[in-house]
Amino acid sequence: MSTTTTKVAAGVLAGALGVTALTACGGDGGSGKDQGATASKTVTLVSHDSFNASPEVLKEFTERTGYTVKVLKSGDAGEAVNKAVLTKGAPQGDVFFGVDNTLLSRALDNGVFQSYRAKGLDRVPEDVQLDKAEHRVTPVDTGDICVNYDKKFFADRKLAPPKNFDDLAKPAYKDMLVVENPERSSPGLGFLLGTAAEYGDGGWPGYWKKLKANGVKVADSWEIAYNQEFSGSAGGKKAKGDRPLVVSYASSPPVEVLYAEPQPEEAPTGVSTGTCFRQTEFAGLLAGAKNPEGGKALLDFLISKDFQEDVPLQMFVNPVAKDAALPALFTEHGATADDPHALDPKKIADNRDQWIQTWSSLVLR
Amino acid sequence: MVLPRPEVARREAAPGKTAAPTPSARRRARRAGALRAGLMALPVVFFAVFFAYPVAAITARGLGLSDGPGATGTGGGGFDPGRIAEVLGRPEILDVLWFTTWQALASTALTLLVALPGAYVLARFDFPGRKLLRAVVTVPFVLPTVVVGTAFLAVMGRRGLLDELWGVRLDTTVWAILLAHLFFNYAVVVRTVGGLWSQLDPRQEEAARVLGASRLGAFRRVTLPALTPAVAAAALMVFLFTYTSFGIVQILGGPAYTTLEAEVYRQTAQLLDLPTAAVLTLVQFAAVGAVLAVHARTVRRRETALKLVDPATTARRPRGAAQWTLLAAVLASITLLLLPLGVLVARSFGGPDGLLYYRALQDADASGGTFLVAPLTAVSTSLTYALAATAIAVLVGGLAAAALTRRAGRLVRGFDALLMLPLGVSAVTVGFGFLIALDEPPLDLRSSWWLVPLAQALVGVPFVVRTMLPVLRAVDVRLREAAAVLGASPWRAWREVDLPLVGRALLVAAGFAFAVSLGEFGATVFIARPDSPTLPVAVARLIGRPGDLNYGQAMALSTILMVVCAVSLLLLERVRVNRAGEL
Repeated sequence: MSTTTTKVAAGVLAGALGVTALTACGGDGGSGKDQGATASKTVTLVSHDSFNASPEVLKEFTERTGYTVKVLKSGDAGEAVNKAVLTKGAPQGDVFFGVDNTLLSRALDNGVFQSYRAKGLDRVPEDVQLDKAEHRVTPVDTGDICVNYDKKFFADRKLAPPKNFDDLAKPAYKDMLVVENPERSSPGLGFLLGTAAEYGDGGWPGYWKKLKANGVKVADSWEIAYNQEFSGSAGGKKAKGDRPLVVSYASSPPVEVLYAEPQPEEAPTGVSTGTCFRQTEFAGLLAGAKNPEGGKALLDFLISKDFQEDVPLQMFVNPVAKDAALPALFTEHGATADDPHALDPKKIADNRDQWIQTWSSLVLR
Repeated sequence: MVLPRPEVARREAAPGKTAAPTPSARRRARRAGALRAGLMALPVVFFAVFFAYPVAAITARGLGLSDGPGATGTGGGGFDPGRIAEVLGRPEILDVLWFTTWQALASTALTLLVALPGAYVLARFDFPGRKLLRAVVTVPFVLPTVVVGTAFLAVMGRRGLLDELWGVRLDTTVWAILLAHLFFNYAVVVRTVGGLWSQLDPRQEEAARVLGASRLGAFRRVTLPALTPAVAAAALMVFLFTYTSFGIVQILGGPAYTTLEAEVYRQTAQLLDLPTAAVLTLVQFAAVGAVLAVHARTVRRRETALKLVDPATTARRPRGAAQWTLLAAVLASITLLLLPLGVLVARSFGGPDGLLYYRALQDADASGGTFLVAPLTAVSTSLTYALAATAIAVLVGGLAAAALTRRAGRLVRGFDALLMLPLGVSAVTVGFGFLIALDEPPLDLRSSWWLVPLAQALVGVPFVVRTMLPVLRAVDVRLREAAAVLGASPWRAWREVDLPLVGRALLVAAGFAFAVSLGEFGATVFIARPDSPTLPVAVARLIGRPGDLNYGQAMALSTILMVVCAVSLLLLERVRVNRAGEL
């Protein structure tokens, strides 16, 4: 009996270790294969959860260059950038797409990217090329964060929707606006930065005091603000949302049209074009990329006409290339921000945490 | 609370303490030790590689014990003990700690209060639809928090159901948070406690009553002590779950409420302030350690050999007004609890014939490129991951539970605690730890398919262990000894004695592991590819975009997720490994 037991124990132990080894091998084999393929055929794009591209456009890239794109989504915009910073030197892929002007300094200061001047960059306006000197990042798209309004609500009340930041603090629009918490939401942060750009370092806290007195509501995320509190969106109508003003994107109205069945003649929502903050999204070649050649080809492709024209209906942002045409949906229902607010990435990096802290003690507590 | 120990509790379950130190006993003890080491090998390796190492790596970097980006944060390099005191001295951190702890305690108490009668009714009463109910109460467990939050707001938010009926609004109150925690964790109590309850021999309580004990007295002296380990295990899991609650607190409580979990997420994922995050992770360790110590003290003297019987023989139709009232009350509370699910289902229907959103799910183009494949394929992706994760969790957790069956020294108890830690440590800590720790061959799993089921199993294993252990420890050690005396090998003894008795617990545990991985979001979103999203990831992607079709599809897919979960658990209930009736 003694020998039996010993054998069983040894067997269990061997079995346990065997399974462990197998598991390790399984994982290793998988990634090993990927790495082997990377050297020649696959280029890995690391991005945030909102990244999208048409299958046909990605196929076009493969046909043109021979590389297949593998997409790795790495959390929301902030999380994805931080992961890229943490894995500096041993990146998860070759190209990172989705660092915007609010987080650009963090990525650049930490040396996440290596320099590469993408082919065709001369078709991109200079004012969005925020790293002109070194070309560590390439601008890919711009998007405007603006207040959206419920058209029906304002038509029924015969009230003109607000046009700019000043309007939002007026008594006529009391208890109407819902914003996102800038601590956790990127449109929320964009809106806060927009007010900082409009009223300056000293002026924005005073503006927010007025907004608070005017009954601004803070939701935790875009999903809750837009689909739950806002009265103009499809989700908000079902949830009986009662706030006719929400911080969202300039592209939200066309998207409401696109995903309605049947599609209405006119978008149910509009944009307060004087409340916009411009976000520019960049891509860059990751330092330590295993397939730098493939990565460079992908960066070229990201600002090519094919990809740029795919961007509006996939990610609901505007292309940066001058020769990219906007789809009819955007030209019909979209809004153009009048003189969108912008801030220097360095200034954002230096002040963001302090501003958010000031904001939360002012508005939340 | 000191309970009078009933007769069943006096049988000492630890064999080592009573055995005389004869040579053969020493040999047996040595062999038991070797066997235990063998059983523990796989779980130890699993936890060391996929939990301890990644978490240690990210915490060490935050504390300045290792180099790399993020190591120094805002201050200088190197380890600075003063930083711990500095972080813990911030008033806002103290507020977060206090709120996290008390809401978790309150949620646990509320859940036990409401769910224990439910556990009794679902375990002991025989009525039509019992199995269906047992599966349905587990459904909340798998739903993405953003979906549940929306449904809760529809019931008790502004112009929600309660508001329209009675003018009651609970959003942005602590009550909304506590009720949502009850909603999520009801099944934890029902399944953990109910699993054991259904196997307790009702004749023991009857015997006590024949001997003159009142109904309450018989319950207090016979049933309650026998159930204590399972109740403690359930309470422990509910506490850890609510202690690390994140999404639900933000959505229902509004921005004014913050838990430690949310703060760790903010510091790590948004601010990249690893030093502060590392200190908070240490706080989580300390808190979880304290709770585990309390749990261990509670159960150590209460885990006793019990007479376990086939659950099929213990359930009977309710009798008398009192039992019918109890049944009605439990059914009413379950109905209230499931109300938010009804809202989701109602919102999933739309279009002329009501099925517009379901049809859209079959079509990749209808989602306008949100997915490369039809969202409906997420069902098979989810099932594949969940089955793999369940297999891993049951294997690792089962081995660990078997190793822990016979109690032993500090080392083994420490191992027990280690197994519970994944429930109490932030998902973001583990996720970011994976990123910086598992980045070199042979362990570069960061882009591997395997990472998803492995990470899901990490959360599933504690459930398997906690569900199986109370039952395994209740198996009368003399049955095993008798088998050994009759010449059975330990494997045979386990197969013939333990397995039939713990078969039901194994199923319950597998169901948990399955539900956990079906609903798991963090690790999945981390590497799920655009061509193969899981159900919760697909729901989150749809709800993250404007437009009626997207919102409707999110609701429809959530409904499908609920159905998949309920059907899988029902199928699992039909599996019968329990042969206790034959003994």
